[in-house]
Order: sequence, then structure tokens, then C-alpha cells
Amino acid sequence: MKKEGSKVKEVLLFILMCILTVLWIYPVFMILVNSLKVESAITTSSVFSMPGPGQFAGLANYTEALNSQGFLSSLGYSTLITVTSVASIILCCSMCAWYIIRVKSKFNNFLYYLFVFSMVVPFQMVMFTLSQTAGMLKLNTPYNIWIIYLGFGAGLAVFMFAGFVKSIPVEIEEAALVDGCTPLQIFFKIVCPILKPTMVSVTILQAMWVWNDYLLPTLVLDITKYKTIPMLIQYFRGSYGRVAMGPMMASIMMTIIPIIIVYILGQKHIIKGVAAGAVKG
Amino acid sequence: MEKALKRYGWIFVLPTLAAFTIGFIIPFLEGLYLSFCRFTTVGNAQFIGFGNYVSALTDPLFLQAAWFTLAVTIVNIIAINVLAFALAMALTQKLKGTNFFRTIFFMPNLIGGIVLGYIWQILINVILSICGQPLLKLNATAGYWGIIILMCWQQIGYMMIIYIAGLQNVPDDLIEAAKIDGANDWQILWKIKIPMMMPSITICVFLTLTNSLKLFDQNLALTNGDPGHATDMLALNIYNTFYARAGAAWKGIGQAKSVIFSIVVILIGFWQLRSTRSKEVQA
Repeated sequence: MKKEGSKVKEVLLFILMCILTVLWIYPVFMILVNSLKVESAITTSSVFSMPGPGQFAGLANYTEALNSQGFLSSLGYSTLITVTSVASIILCCSMCAWYIIRVKSKFNNFLYYLFVFSMVVPFQMVMFTLSQTAGMLKLNTPYNIWIIYLGFGAGLAVFMFAGFVKSIPVEIEEAALVDGCTPLQIFFKIVCPILKPTMVSVTILQAMWVWNDYLLPTLVLDITKYKTIPMLIQYFRGSYGRVAMGPMMASIMMTIIPIIIVYILGQKHIIKGVAAGAVKG
Repeated sequence: MEKALKRYGWIFVLPTLAAFTIGFIIPFLEGLYLSFCRFTTVGNAQFIGFGNYVSALTDPLFLQAAWFTLAVTIVNIIAINVLAFALAMALTQKLKGTNFFRTIFFMPNLIGGIVLGYIWQILINVILSICGQPLLKLNATAGYWGIIILMCWQQIGYMMIIYIAGLQNVPDDLIEAAKIDGANDWQILWKIKIPMMMPSITICVFLTLTNSLKLFDQNLALTNGDPGHATDMLALNIYNTFYARAGAAWKGIGQAKSVIFSIVVILIGFWQLRSTRSKEVQA
């Protein structure tokens, strides 16, 4: 009897999860469907229906979005900024975290708390002065904005690496030192491989942040020359008198599709990385 | 070990420290100083004392944004954490397709706030017009609930992942022992699972709290403060003070607002960490 009851519960739970899944996918699906319609068919009354006869636009909206808005160059800038920023964060912050945990001094301790502090401070606090400093130091192109991201992302990254370094026994490193390794060799040959899982977590969290970041690049980069993908979407909305919904939805889809592909490929690592990152914190 | 390392200190620390100085320390200190100044660029600052703070705290739009942010934050924290916890409980049962469900619920986190805001703006406007209600541009109530629904949709999956990791760390023998002692499911949840999961709860509440307080992209894309700044949150209000107001006084006032905003976020954040940390237990 009891077993049957739990079976019913299981089925109900499964149905509930399926309903939630539909709710979770639907907003994106709706954009996809409407991005395939001709402009005149995208109206409030027909948003929920599939494209009818004569309403199917094929990929016309997509080609229009690609041609008119410089979508590809934005994709390139976003990729460049994300890759350079995340790579520099991983390399520099893991080295920094290892050092400030292994070498005990008042300065290092202070630095650690400063990094933690910087995580909580809202971006608005430094928004104006940061954009001015970046302009002054000529850090306002997609080729060197990674320095800003390294500085602003250092808080979380150092915090996460430091949390992990504390759990590594120092004896391994001391043995390597006795065997004649230099600190750089110790770091790259011994510490780095141990830090790998944390590096994956940090990469995922920072990549999600940099790729989707809107305000920092908007304030730092010259918007007439360089637009990242979030900037492009916002610009698309803001600069047109009447927004062309078809190409707009097509460009939304084109920003989502690469993310979903990466997600499907690395889904296990991403979910594990997020969980591990939070538990450390 | 330390001695050998110290000689290499500059290689390890300098790159990060230099970038951190440019990206955080200098702008932070400069921002702190400028909040006491009248300026339009960093170069022409004139010290004026606490005037900016007085103007900031008497700006009705700023106070309105503060209440709005608070109202969004409280509902967000409760809704997101309760629902994420429930989902985590459901998806750690023996159920078909749990991995698939987890994957789906987490997905919206990867899409940026600006894009999410537009997707939901389109969807909510359609639903509003079908119901014969005014659209988001003229409808502050819909804007308020829109921001909350959007944040739930985005963040539940993320918090769920953290809660699942926490649930999996609750030792099975503890639950077995409680069952043998005659505890029912409800008692196991409140007396064992929740106390054992306090570290996860601490981190999830902290993340939802700070994410909601600092919310900007979603707010900008979904409502942009419409109608008439009624749905401005603090971050958007500060942004507008800096970049949408004419007149030399406003940049200083914006900087003062952001100092106040930072202090509020830091105080609430650390207060929350301390108060939930104190409820953590060891098995």
C-alpha cells in the first residue's frame, strides 16, 4: 500500500517537473518561433501561434540582423574580451592567491581582505572613476580591456583559489623545494595540476560574467567603434525609432545559440563548477 | 619555503596587484574623494564637503528607488530560495530525468541580463495586452512583478544547484538514525536537513541578496524605470544621476549616492553572513 502511494507521488512529481520545464524553455522558444516569421505576422494576437502559410520568413530576419548590425564583429569582440580576460584572471590570480596564502605577512593578509571586500562593493561605486582611469591609461579597446577585467575580477578569483590552496598540504611543495625546484617550477608543476578543478570553476563563473557584462564595456569602450554583444542588443533597441521585431528577435537568438551549444557540450563541468565554487565560498 | 618564495614575490603578486590597483583601488579611493566634490571630470573637482550627501538623501527619486529595491530584494530572497530549495529536494529523489531537469532549470543563468530583460519584456507585454492591461511602459505594478518573475526564472536554477550539492553532503546515516528514532519526513527536513545545510543557505541567501540589491541590467532592459522612474532600482537611479541628468552638480550627487549604496550593500551583506553563519552546525 505504502509503495503504491509513493509511486503516485513520483508520477505527480515527474509531471510537475515536466510542466516547469516547459515554463523554463517557453520564453526562449517563443523568441525562436517569432524570429522565423515575417514582420507583419509578429503581432500580439499571433505571438503564441506557429507561423501560418505565407508568414514563414525562413532565415531572412537572421541575414538582415547579420548584415545591418555588425553582429559578427560584436561576436568577435565579445569572444576576444572573454578569452583574454578569463585567461589572465586564471593565470595571475592563481599565482597571487598561492603566494599570499603561503607567505604569511601583514601585507598579504591585508591584501586578502581587500580582495574579499572588493567582491561586495557595487560596480556603481567605481563606475565613473574607472571609466575615466581607463580612458586616461588607454585601456579602452577590446585588446587591452582585459586588464580592467583582471583587476575587477580578481576579488572572486583570488578568494576561490585561496580557499582551495589552504586545503593543499604544504609538505609536497616543501619536498619539491628540497629537491631543488624554484618557486615557479613548484607552482606550475605541482600546484597548478592540483588547482585544476578550481580553475574550471573560476573559468566558468568569470566567463559567464565577462561574456554577459553590459555596463563596464559600455562605459569603458568607445561605443561608436566597438560593441560587445550585450551592447549591441541594447543599442539595437535604443537607436531605432520603431524597433524591427523580426531582426531584433533573430539577434537575440544568435546571442543565445552559441551559449546553449557551449552549455550542452560542457554541461557537467559547468554545473559541477558552480556547485564547487559556491561550497568553497 | 617562505624565504625562497619571497624572492619571487613580485612575479606572483605584481600582475594581479597592478591590475587590481587600476581596476579597483584607485577608482574606489578616487570615488570616495569625489563624493565630497563638485565635478564633471576627474580633473576639475572642487571640494564642497557634505553637500552631495545632503542632496542625495533629499532626492525623492533616490528614496523611492531605495524602497523599490528593498521591496524587490525581500520578495526575491524568499521566493528564489524557497522554490530553489523545493526543486533541489524534488530533484534529489529517485526520479527519472533529474539530470535533464537540472540542466534545463540552470540554463537561464547563462543568458545575460540585457537579453533576458528583452525576452521577458516581449512576453510580459503580450500577456498584458491580451488581458487588456496597460503595457510595461505605463504599468508599475506589472514592472515590479516582472522584475521578480524574471529574477526567479533566472536564479532559481543556480541556487538549486548549490542546494543540491548541500543536500548531497548531508550524511545518510544521520537520516537513517532519525528514521529509526521515529522521525517523520517533516521533522527530518526541519531538524536535520535544514540545520545541516546552513552553509548552503548562507551562501544562497547572500548571493540572492547582493544580486537583487545590485540589480542593473535586468532592470534597464525590462522596464528602464518606466513609468516615470517608478520602477528604478538603486543602481539604475545612480546610473541616471551620472549620465542622464544635465547640470554640473549631478555627478557629485551620483558619486555620493553610490557611496551610500555601497555602505548599505556592505552592511546588509556582512550582517546577513554573520547572522546565518551563527546558525551553522557541525555533524
